[in-house]
Amino acid sequence: MTIAMSSEAASKATAQPKQPAGDWGYPFRRLLEQLLVPVAALLIAATGFAIFLVFLGTSPLDFASLVWRGAFGSWFSFQNTLQRAAPLLLTALCVALPAQLGLVVIGGEGAVVLGGLAAAVIGASLSALFPPLVILAMAVSGALVGAFWIGLTGWLRAYRGINETIASLLLAYIALAVFNHLVEGPLRDPASLNKPSTLPIGEANMLGSLPGMNIHPGLVLGLVACIGFWIVIQRTSFGFAWRVTGGNLRTALLQGLPANRLIVIACALGGACAGLAGMIEVAAVHGSANASLAAGYGYAGILIAFLARQSPLGAIPMAILLGGISAAGGLVQRRLGLPDATVLVLQGFIFVSILASETIYGRFRWFQPRGTA
Amino acid sequence: MDNVGMVLVALIAGALRVSTPFLFVSLGECLTEKSGRINLGNEGALVLGAMTGYAASYETGSAWIGVLAALVAGGGLGLLHGLVCSLARVNDVAMGIAVMLAGTGIAFFFGKPYIQPSAPQLPVIPLGFWSDAPQIRSALDVSPLFFIGLLVAFVMTWAFKNTRTGLVVRIVGDSSDAAKAMGLPIDRVRVIATTIGSALAGVGGSFLSLSYPGSWNEGLSSGQGLVAVALVVFARWNPLACAAAALLFGAAGALGPSLQTVGITQGYYLFYAAPYALTLLIMILTVAPGRVLRGMPGELSLTR
Repeated sequence: MTIAMSSEAASKATAQPKQPAGDWGYPFRRLLEQLLVPVAALLIAATGFAIFLVFLGTSPLDFASLVWRGAFGSWFSFQNTLQRAAPLLLTALCVALPAQLGLVVIGGEGAVVLGGLAAAVIGASLSALFPPLVILAMAVSGALVGAFWIGLTGWLRAYRGINETIASLLLAYIALAVFNHLVEGPLRDPASLNKPSTLPIGEANMLGSLPGMNIHPGLVLGLVACIGFWIVIQRTSFGFAWRVTGGNLRTALLQGLPANRLIVIACALGGACAGLAGMIEVAAVHGSANASLAAGYGYAGILIAFLARQSPLGAIPMAILLGGISAAGGLVQRRLGLPDATVLVLQGFIFVSILASETIYGRFRWFQPRGTA
Repeated sequence: MDNVGMVLVALIAGALRVSTPFLFVSLGECLTEKSGRINLGNEGALVLGAMTGYAASYETGSAWIGVLAALVAGGGLGLLHGLVCSLARVNDVAMGIAVMLAGTGIAFFFGKPYIQPSAPQLPVIPLGFWSDAPQIRSALDVSPLFFIGLLVAFVMTWAFKNTRTGLVVRIVGDSSDAAKAMGLPIDRVRVIATTIGSALAGVGGSFLSLSYPGSWNEGLSSGQGLVAVALVVFARWNPLACAAAALLFGAAGALGPSLQTVGITQGYYLFYAAPYALTLLIMILTVAPGRVLRGMPGELSLTR
C-alpha cells in the first residue's frame, strides 16, 4: 500500500523544485493543471451520465436544471446542501488525514456510528447539566471513541503489519454490529417503539441553528477542521513529517521520524473527525442514536477525499458538490420518476472518472516547468 | 432432536448455503490478486450479478440464463476496473471502491422493478434423501452452484500449478519486471484475470438472488465481496483453501440464525459480526510486520 501510493507522492514532491529562473509562470500553470484536470473529469462524468439518461429516455437538461434547483438554486435549497455537506467534511478528513501517510482507510462509517452512540449516551446521562457543558462532553466523547476506533486500525497497520484498508473495513462492520446490538438491546429507550433509539439527550442540549440561517453549527466545525488540518499538513513540521512518511517510508526512518507513531496519530485524528461527525448528527439532527446514523456518511467521505485528491481544503467544494447532489435527490426522484439510486449511479460515474483522470497529470508538456533556452 | 443437534444441523445447513457466494467471490478475488491487482469492486459485481441474475431469470423464465447474465454483468464491471487500472498511476484500491459504488448504483437503479415479482429459482440437489428428519433434509438441499464453485476451486489450483496460463498469471502477479523481460503482455493478463474474477463474483451474486436467500432486494449483500478480500489473505492465495475458508465463513455467518432456531436471540447482532471478527483475529494472528506471507503475489499492493 505504502509503495503503491508513494510513487505518486514522490512525483508530486520532485515536480516542485525544478523551476528554472525565468519560468515565473510555472506555479500558475501547475495550479491551473490541478484545477483543470478535475473539472475536465467532472465534465466527462457528466457527459457519460447524460448519455445514460438519454438511453433511459430522460432529458439530461431537465435533470441538470433540477439538480441545480434542488441543490444550489435558492437560499433554502443551498442551506439544505450545506447541512448535508457538514458531516461529509469531517468524514472526508477521516480518509484524507491517513492518506497523507499513504494509507487508504475506508472504515470511517464505524467511527461515525460509535462516536454518535458515545455522544448520545453521554448526552442522555448528563442531560440535567448546563447545556454547553453537555455538548462539550458529547463532542469529546464522540471524538475520543472515533479516535480509538480508527486509531486501532492505524495501530494494527503500524505494529502488526495488517493492511489498513481491510482492517478498517472489518472494524467498520464490527462497529455497526456493536452499534445495532447496543441500540436494540441494553441501551434502548423503552419508549422508542417503532425505531429503536437510545434515550434522548433532551431538547435543551440540542445544537440550534447558526444565527440567521437554518444550518447547524456542525458546518462551521467541519470547515474549521478542514482548513485547520490543511494548515497543519502544508505549513507545520508535524504535517511535513506526515508527508515525508507518506512519500518515502525509508527516508522518514533515516531522518529518525517516528513513522509508526505518526501513522497511529494520523489515523486517530481522522477517526476523531468521523466521531465528531456522528456526534453532530446526534446533537443537531436526531437527538438520540438510532439507525439513521448509519446513513453512509463514512462511505461518502471516501469519495470526497479521493475527489479532492486527499487535500483537506479541496474536500470543502467536493463535500458541497456531493451534498448538493444528495439534496437534489428527492426532487429528481419526484419530478422525473427516477429511482433514488440515480444519485448513486451519478456518484459512481464521477468517482470512476476522477480516479481515471489521475493518469493525466504530467502528460501535457504545457503545464510542465520550462527551461530558459 | 436435542438442542445441540439442532444448532449443529442449522450450522451445517447455513455453512453450505451462506458459503457459496463467499466461495465464488473469493475465487474471483484470488485470481485477480494472483495477477497482481486487488479488486474491491467485486462487491459491486456481486450486487450487480444478484440483480441481473434475478431480472434475467424473471424475464426468460430460466434461472440458468440468470446465472449466465450475472456472469456477463460481473465480467463487464471487472473489465471496467481492469482497463482503468491499466492507466498509469491509477490506484487499484480506490478504483475498486469506485467500481463497487457504480455497480451497486446500477444494480439498485435497474433493480427497482424486480423487488416485488418472484423469479424462477435454481434447482437444489437433495443430498438429504436418506434421512427422515425434515431439518436434515432441508439442510442438505445443496445448490448445484456450490459444487460448480468447488469444481472451479479444484481447476484453478490445478491450473496455477500445471498450465502455462496459470504460470503466466503467477509471473505477472509476482514480478512485473520478470514478466516484462519475458515479453508477457502484463496489462492484458491482468485485465483478463480481473474480468474473469469479477465474472465469478457476479455468479456468486446470482446465488444470493436465485437460491439463498432467493429474492432480490437492496440489502441482499452484507459485504461478502469485501470480506472476500480478507478471506483470500486468510487462504494464502490458494483456491482450495479459499473453498475451506468460505465454508468456515459460512458457518460463522450462520451462527446467529442457527442459535435463533433454539430460542437464543440475545446478541443476534453480535453474532452477525462473527465473520468479520474472525477475519480480523486471523489476520492479527497470522500477519506480522516484515513477514512475507507464503503464496502472496509480489506485485500486490495489499500487504506491503
